[in-house]
Amino acid sequence: MKYAYYPGCSLEATAKEYNLSAKLVAKKLGIELWEIPDWSCCGATAAHNRDYLLSLALPARNLAIAEKEGLDVAVPCAACFNRMRTAETAVRESRDMQKRISEILGSEYKATNKTRAFLDVVVNDVGLERIKEQVVKPLKGLKLAAYYGCLLVRPPKLTSFDDPEEPMTMDRLIEALDAEALSWSYKTECCGGSLSTARTDIGVKMIYQILRHARDAGAEGIVTACPLCLLNLDMRQAQAARVHSDQLNLPIFYFTELLGVALGYEPKDLGLDTHFVNPVPLLEANGL
Amino acid sequence: MERVELSVALRNNRSLKNKVESESGVVLSDCYQCGKCSAGCPAAFAMDYTPRQVIRLLQLGLGGEALKSHTPWLCASCQTCYSRCPREINLPRLMEAVRQEAKRRGIIPERKVDIFEKAFLDTVEKYGRAHEMGLMVQYNLRTLQPIKDALLAPPLLLKRKISPLPLKIKDIDSVKNIFAKVRNEGGSKQ
Ligand code: SF4
Ligand code: SF4
Repeated sequence: MKYAYYPGCSLEATAKEYNLSAKLVAKKLGIELWEIPDWSCCGATAAHNRDYLLSLALPARNLAIAEKEGLDVAVPCAACFNRMRTAETAVRESRDMQKRISEILGSEYKATNKTRAFLDVVVNDVGLERIKEQVVKPLKGLKLAAYYGCLLVRPPKLTSFDDPEEPMTMDRLIEALDAEALSWSYKTECCGGSLSTARTDIGVKMIYQILRHARDAGAEGIVTACPLCLLNLDMRQAQAARVHSDQLNLPIFYFTELLGVALGYEPKDLGLDTHFVNPVPLLEANGL
Repeated sequence: MERVELSVALRNNRSLKNKVESESGVVLSDCYQCGKCSAGCPAAFAMDYTPRQVIRLLQLGLGGEALKSHTPWLCASCQTCYSRCPREINLPRLMEAVRQEAKRRGIIPERKVDIFEKAFLDTVEKYGRAHEMGLMVQYNLRTLQPIKDALLAPPLLLKRKISPLPLKIKDIDSVKNIFAKVRNEGGSKQ
């Protein structure tokens, strides 16, 4: 099981622990990751807001390197995943676009390889049965809300591996680790993404709704697969609570961190001590 | 808004309509105004026109009003509307086309959003990757609010979550080339 690996800019900075934990669980589960050498930014929201062609060419540069190796690309960041799927689909569907992008890159890119969300690789390629066999610390007792946000599952034509309104991939993983995946209604609502940086006043309202609904559903923590979601829900949680005169203490996890804990890694080695809302007390209270 | 003669407005706005249609791939007349997009839009509470109304303005030849709207700039690109629209209208792409056209005409209703994105892409062009620390500093300088997100920078630094120095990729020329060629193709990245 070998994939090209595209961490993306966030995983080198605010989401270091996502990178760390993804690599550790990959190793344990026998997923071989070949990090794309000298990878560059996918352009994120800024590129597609400003220029469609730029928003295709930037991810394509990375996809083209992996294509030469004949590898599909595993991507932990939901936003990068979405941009890369958009680029590869546009190139695959139009010869004209394929020519334009290849011309801009200065090398041939045909989109014969595919982008895969790292969550999809873990749950569907490795499989829950094999994961269960390797669990050494079941997450018994933890009540968790799986939060997918936008770009992992929408638009379904592009993302394709789960349902856009009621996705279950992460819920099934949580259950496989013996924790409880709660049913709640905000699992695919938007956290504001990068809008929350420029217009924090709008962002915190969106963030608060998600946090509040998770808590009201009985969640002790939220699980994500997106660095932007985690940053918003974790770093801006205090502000969101303050603005709404509420008190919140909801640790936010990357799915790879919880998977790592269940596979036997220490929370510190997974980077769990770098979150703003400290998740360690919750883990300790549950004997983890 | 003042009273307008719609048939005249429609004629005068044809070129704008054609432009956003060709850039977004959206056929405006496909939208039958059911409102499903706007009912589910998570940012609608902050918008001046709902996403459905933006389409309606363009359909009616009142594109000038759409160009002034904050809505396209506040769209979070969450893809909810596009996933639900019974007519498969790619609204986020339409929002992009409208704001790009607005910008070309010098209309920028959301300065902060514009400055943030420009700072972001400048870093990518220069280093090949986004650099969050540099981005925050740039953003705060350009919006003249050195205190705002700088408040979040120290805790991020403390948690080793952002590094003070940018990392440049080796083959930076290949990224610079992408930007240059897109600009040559008449791209709107400024
Ligand atoms: S959901 Fe689609 S058809 Fe309905 S108003 Fe919105 S864009 Fe138009
Ligand atoms: S993509 Fe934009 S317009 Fe559509 S639902 Fe999301 S925020 Fe609203």
